[in-house]
Amino acid sequence: MFNNAQEFFNTLPLIIMGGGIVISLLIEIYSDKNKVILPWFTALLFLAVGLHSLFYTNDVSIVMQNMLATGGNVNIFYAIFTLGAAVVTLISIDYIKKYDMYFGEYYLILQTSVLGMMLMAAAKDLFVIFLGLELMSISFYILAGMNRKRAKANEASLKYFLLGSFATGFIVYGIALIYGSAHTTSIDFITTNFAGLTSNLLFVAGVLLFLIGFSFKIAAFPFHMWVPDVYEGSSTTVAALFSTGGKSAAFSAIIASLFALFNGPSGNVFTPYFAVISVLSMFYGSIVAIAQVNIKRMLAYSSISHAGYLIIGLAAGNHDAIAGVMFYLGAYTFMNLGAFGIVSLVEGKNETNLDINSYAGLASKKPFLAALLSILMFSLAGVPPFAGFFGKYYIFIAAIESKLTWLAILGVISSAISAYFYIRIVVLMYFKPATNDFQIETSNSAMLGIITSVIIVILLGIFPGSFLDLITRFI
Amino acid sequence: MNIPIEYYLILSAFMFFVGVAGVLTRRNAIIVFMSIELMLNSANLTLVTFSSYLGNSIGQLFVFFVMTVAAADAAVGLAIIIAIFRNKLTVNIDEINILKW
Repeated sequence: MFNNAQEFFNTLPLIIMGGGIVISLLIEIYSDKNKVILPWFTALLFLAVGLHSLFYTNDVSIVMQNMLATGGNVNIFYAIFTLGAAVVTLISIDYIKKYDMYFGEYYLILQTSVLGMMLMAAAKDLFVIFLGLELMSISFYILAGMNRKRAKANEASLKYFLLGSFATGFIVYGIALIYGSAHTTSIDFITTNFAGLTSNLLFVAGVLLFLIGFSFKIAAFPFHMWVPDVYEGSSTTVAALFSTGGKSAAFSAIIASLFALFNGPSGNVFTPYFAVISVLSMFYGSIVAIAQVNIKRMLAYSSISHAGYLIIGLAAGNHDAIAGVMFYLGAYTFMNLGAFGIVSLVEGKNETNLDINSYAGLASKKPFLAALLSILMFSLAGVPPFAGFFGKYYIFIAAIESKLTWLAILGVISSAISAYFYIRIVVLMYFKPATNDFQIETSNSAMLGIITSVIIVILLGIFPGSFLDLITRFI
Repeated sequence: MNIPIEYYLILSAFMFFVGVAGVLTRRNAIIVFMSIELMLNSANLTLVTFSSYLGNSIGQLFVFFVMTVAAADAAVGLAIIIAIFRNKLTVNIDEINILKW
């Protein structure tokens, strides 16, 4: 398995995560105080893995018989997933009490889903991608229906399960065709022989099926039907994880498995596919979001349009595009987590206060919360000093470099449209009288999570270069 | 007698499209789920075909993983279907519509 101690050390994030899952299981079974210990243990585990990955990004190697990559961008993806999941854990603690649905499994399955995401990012073989994807997806189906007495949660879980497994069918069939044409499932082989393989129709069909399957997971346009329903029906905290971790993991798998897509100076055979679904997702997401009154559905459509911007990066297909996509995923993860965290705080028992009009006058009642939500909304809309702007900027620049200026222009138009529904929330909070008496239960752990994500969003906005340098060093 | 590889591939592609059609047209959650399993099995058939044709064992190895994962999928999926049946006494997708599709 490991040729030397260094390789073992490089694989530590995965090993700690796996060991943490086993320990959580034991805590859940044997400890009387598991309701207190387990959430904080989970948060600390995520934090430990995330910081470890960030500190040791230089340890680039390939371990386990060419199955897993370590170090470099893989570690940056680990950090995005685990720190994001740590925020999700923090906002979950009091949310779960509010809905009276404490199950120890919640935290356990949160951890297994993150382990799945990490495997997807680390994959050097289509085997590992498939296993990681399924570990993540099956955990997500359970998380979506965790509140099993609520009919809405059941329904969200069923829809997610049926459409998610449908997508898995495409991915497995795609992998089978790729295997048939490349004679191996090793990603290194596929990357080095990509140009030759693309003349094989079987291979192109396989990659297209693979990409269609992943388009479901990243919530791109023709395959987006499940997104609003699942986000609305499942718990807000879990929806936060689906929209950030799930999407980032699917992008990391596309980048890991089809790295060859990004080697050309300007696009490749699959660029038209990406260009079409990116335009459709951007515009569909931002136009339909305007019509939404439920804030969770609005964030779901916003997530579809963000998937569109990210796919522009895949269409651009050069090394700057990967850097842009990774930057945007980091920025998007934290701004969306913050927004969902505030929604989960404002949300009352039995799903009250989810209408966007119930945010009217929030600024006069809870000025601090309103200020945080405004920062996040400006960042999601792509207003300059925040992280969201630089993510879009890097992706659009990469698109222009590979002669896809029209795509970048459409991206800018779409983000101008989407600014309307983000800014509308800010206007409602600051300029409308309160119609709602906001029985917001304060929650220190949730505030900690939200403030952390806002700080990350601001830092990424003020010092975008330092994070970008970290990413580009390894491409 | 040697059956050419195309026959297997056409059969598995056909199975795959039967599965897709089943997912898109059937309204009973359990039948939709069975169609999904059919899609996974068509992928398995393709993998085994290529494995035997190319003379390397990666494909057959992959099939074991796919089957294991499909079993896990079935366990979770049927549990979800039972949970929804307890709440609504139906597994018809058209009647499971509190959330707009």
